[in-house]
Amino acid sequence: MTLIQDTAVATSAPAARPRRRSGRREGRTAFFFLLPSLLGVLLFLVLPIIASLVLSFTNWKLLGKPAFVGFQNYIRLFTADPQFWTVLRNTLFFTVEYLVLNIIISVGLATWIASLKRGQRWFRVVFFLPTFTPGIAVAIVWMLIFAPGGFFDFIMKSLSLGVPNLLTDQTLAMQAVIIVSLWANVGYNTVLFNAALDMVPPSYLEAAKIDGASAWDRFWKIRLPLISPTLFFGTVMTAITSLQVFDQIYVMTRGGPGNATATLGYAIYQRGFQNFQMGYASSIAWVMFALIMALTALQFWLQRKWVHYDN
Amino acid sequence: MTTKARSRVTLALDILNHGALALVALLFLFPFFWMVSNAVRSNAEVMAIPVRILPSEFQWDNFQKTWSELPFGRFFLNSMVVAGSVTVITVVVSCLAGYAFARLKFPGRDTLLLGYVGTLMVPSIMLIIPLFLIVNGLGMVNTFQGVILPVAFGTFGAFLLRQFFLSIPDSLEEAALIDGASRLRILISIIVPLSMPAIGLLSLFTFIAQWNNFLWPLIVMTGQENATLPVGLTHFQTQQGTQWNYIMAGAALSMLPGIVLAILLQKLIYNSIALNAGMGGR
Repeated sequence: MTLIQDTAVATSAPAARPRRRSGRREGRTAFFFLLPSLLGVLLFLVLPIIASLVLSFTNWKLLGKPAFVGFQNYIRLFTADPQFWTVLRNTLFFTVEYLVLNIIISVGLATWIASLKRGQRWFRVVFFLPTFTPGIAVAIVWMLIFAPGGFFDFIMKSLSLGVPNLLTDQTLAMQAVIIVSLWANVGYNTVLFNAALDMVPPSYLEAAKIDGASAWDRFWKIRLPLISPTLFFGTVMTAITSLQVFDQIYVMTRGGPGNATATLGYAIYQRGFQNFQMGYASSIAWVMFALIMALTALQFWLQRKWVHYDN
Repeated sequence: MTTKARSRVTLALDILNHGALALVALLFLFPFFWMVSNAVRSNAEVMAIPVRILPSEFQWDNFQKTWSELPFGRFFLNSMVVAGSVTVITVVVSCLAGYAFARLKFPGRDTLLLGYVGTLMVPSIMLIIPLFLIVNGLGMVNTFQGVILPVAFGTFGAFLLRQFFLSIPDSLEEAALIDGASRLRILISIIVPLSMPAIGLLSLFTFIAQWNNFLWPLIVMTGQENATLPVGLTHFQTQQGTQWNYIMAGAALSMLPGIVLAILLQKLIYNSIALNAGMGGR
């Protein structure tokens, strides 16, 4: 505080001394300021990225000596590994269904909350709560709900819907994983889109209302285009995280039944830390990275058709 | 219709609208209710058929047992140490780096900053294998350093704080510089106190992310005594015939800090997300 007062006095007097010290000295200060961060980034980010790429061309199994095997890991993945195509298909299936449902539900909730005159912030908090809790704990709670003879089965039986137990069913297990993922994460996009809707100038909507536009038209033709940059941002971020899904699957299904819910994230863990095939697991990681890049690029390409930037 | 009747219809619709969403919100909260309701009953009642919505007897001391007889008190402490340490290191390192990026001139600054932002695109799950090998090589498997250090140097904090520091007027520090104050002194006495909203935000999101983190501590903390809460929960999920009531109490314990922070700091969280919404795609 005294320092700030001092500076106030100092600025009132005309500065006679040179305003900046020598650039070399500033460079040295910058070096020391950046040093801790740079060391950490080099050791725990840059080195691992390089190591991961190098590892993916070896057959290292933690014990013993690694040998360089060229593209063999990648060739094996795509031609010989009976599990890999299932894993890839599961990952894409999860990502597409989860992404579409996440965006539809969060836009719906955000719009609904925006229509309220009172208590908007409390509704936002309710839907946001799970995003601040450990995904593992969420998955464990839902596992109890979905357990054979548990609450979910009880409801299905009471309604005589004839739905089999989700976690033990080959085709439905992934749906259980998607439900849990949606519950855990939909709140973030809900708040994000709700905040964007709050920024739409009310005058636009008023003007459209006076011109006789229905609520439906106002949503599709005014609000949605105006929040489309935020919608795009949310979609890209959600896609990136959903390709990495792991926690829910580890707790609820361990990739099963069979391989029905094994995803890329789970395969990396399984190959790397259960079979200790560090080289092979690294090649799966790079396939995942390529997939993330490809999906992100696709979305950037598609955005020209639906995202409006006109401010 | 008279205007009075019309406003009455609007009011009724409005109440209906609030009520319907309140119903959806209540349904949405059901898993939290189910967790607590199962945490305070006997294990036999968890699996009872037909399903019991409420326990026949509320065993609130299950929480106490989970905390002290089972090692969940220990797990809680481990999580605090890990999440707390990562947060402190992240904030200090990011303040220093963010200041250098915002205020100091040095060759290659913009390129380096671009590199920092670029690393944000790398998915964390990709790095766990080499990171584990590094931690293993340093002999830090099953240690707190081993869990904390590799995740404490994320580049996001430096970028976030740089953006905030840029919004602080130059004039404040120029005067201090003329008075002979060092850059470190300026950072600590002028910049940091003015940047508390951004630093608070970085602390909050770092703490929560680490508190909720699972895969990394799962791999590094091989001994049960060092497990963080999420890892400890999965140990008990598979051990000794699954004591569901205690696991639910443990899950509730692990959710408590996040829930309290989300409610208390809702305004800060909303504002930060609104900032994202404002910048989205631009």
